[in-house]
Amino acid sequence: MEYSQKVMEHFTDPHNVGKIEDADGVGEIGNAKCGDIMKMYLKIENDIIVDAKFNTYGCASAIATSSMATDLIKGQPVSEALKLTNKAVVEALDGLPPVKIHCSVLAEQAIKAALADYYTRQGIDPASKGIVIKDDDEIDACSV
Amino acid sequence: MRMIYADNAATTAVSAHVLQEMLPYYSEQYGNPSSLYAFGQTAHRAITKARGQVAAALGTTEREIYFTSGGSEADNWAIKGAAALGKAKGKTHIITTTIEHHAVLHTLDALKKEGFTVTYLPVYENGICRVEDVAAAITDETCLVTIMYANNEIGTIQPIGEIGALCRQKGVLFHTDAVQAVGHIPVDVQKDQIDLLSLSGHKLHAPKGVGALYCRKGIRLPNLIEGGAQESGRRAGTENVPGIVGLGVAITDAVAAMDENAKKLSVLRDKLLDGALQISHSRVTGDRTHRLPGHCSLCFEGVEGESLLLLLDAKGVCGSSGSACTSGSLDPSHVLLAIGLPHEVAHGSLRLTLSDDTTPEDIDYILSVLPPIIDRLRAMSPLWEHILEAEAQGKKLY
Repeated sequence: MEYSQKVMEHFTDPHNVGKIEDADGVGEIGNAKCGDIMKMYLKIENDIIVDAKFNTYGCASAIATSSMATDLIKGQPVSEALKLTNKAVVEALDGLPPVKIHCSVLAEQAIKAALADYYTRQGIDPASKGIVIKDDDEIDACSV
Repeated sequence: MRMIYADNAATTAVSAHVLQEMLPYYSEQYGNPSSLYAFGQTAHRAITKARGQVAAALGTTEREIYFTSGGSEADNWAIKGAAALGKAKGKTHIITTTIEHHAVLHTLDALKKEGFTVTYLPVYENGICRVEDVAAAITDETCLVTIMYANNEIGTIQPIGEIGALCRQKGVLFHTDAVQAVGHIPVDVQKDQIDLLSLSGHKLHAPKGVGALYCRKGIRLPNLIEGGAQESGRRAGTENVPGIVGLGVAITDAVAAMDENAKKLSVLRDKLLDGALQISHSRVTGDRTHRLPGHCSLCFEGVEGESLLLLLDAKGVCGSSGSACTSGSLDPSHVLLAIGLPHEVAHGSLRLTLSDDTTPEDIDYILSVLPPIIDRLRAMSPLWEHILEAEAQGKKLY
């Protein structure tokens, strides 16, 4: 198994690491037993994601996908961020080894979870925006 | 950038002396040992010499040493062979431990499909099995006990002599996978009353692709590989002459330097373990003292092993881990789970295994790069945050 140069760049020098104390949406996905947890923080103004940060516990691809996913949604309208797919994250990283694809799903889901939190805080049902958060088991296929 | 190779349990460098002794058998002395002319017989004599060297290192005679392609083949041959002998007598029960190498565990899985039953003995928190558990598990149906000499992941040394004595007394064949032990700690098949022993060359500065099986005289194991009359007709295939020569030299060198190396390595090992334990929420996996001289295995809470390895690699340090991401499966290593570690802790495993080339400066260097890497990973780890939050409330997560 070998990572692309892009993955290694985003792993060794990840973008957007940290927290946003006054975030408008926070989402956490994954679990420690499976070996990866991603937590995303979003700052949203006028429906535009003005800042995105993450904290991730996990392997190199978990950190790299978190970095890339936050890069991809920064500056985007919420409606665009909702369309972010794991596939887009994988492509932006020049591919992931097959056993690591689930990391990109976690990244997509973590952003969706943060956006769901953003809507919930405004009294809007995330489901009405088409946000579906998968179970950890489904994402990770981890034998919990 | 300097590279510090600290993964000697995975493989070792071929030593200069070993390579020098091997080289003629690639070019000038390339004869087939089975050929009758003198040119072939030169190669044959080289094999005979190496067989004597391996036998001497194990405290036995050369007639009981069979060269193989490595440790896995020797394990397969010993276990499948002993199982076949047992089955012929109607005995289909095998005893092993939960921390064996996959060459043993997967071979046993295959036998279970053929109707064998397998008892997996626990190893407790210190990673060592108990001879009384072996005694309690032996029944009239038991045809084989297979227990590794020393563990590859946590370095713990098993009570092989006591188990050997018990098996001999009970009349049950005893096999040990001694791949991590031979050349590193004293192994004597007579004293330990071992019937079958597997060893591998590349763990002791011989090349990859060569190993050996010790099979006590009188045990007629069925062949694993059929063909020509090599290895007294018991293991076919034209011999890997340079590899066998290398194994003979390497094992002789390893035994000659064993006491000195063990003394030096255990000092370096303890220095590294003590230094790494200065990092908070860290622990040694497996018994602290009853372990291989150059073997360090640890877990760091709140970090994941693959990330840790890759950041160490970026600093020139080669190590390994039993995390799920590095084991290529969804679960962390079966050995780490067998000693009772929760998944969450086992994911943060690190194994650093030293060799006689390792210097005190290497240990200093590792101890200078490791803490900042752990700090960096923890600073971005939600799991670490959960651990600290729980502690602030007086709870310990793991």
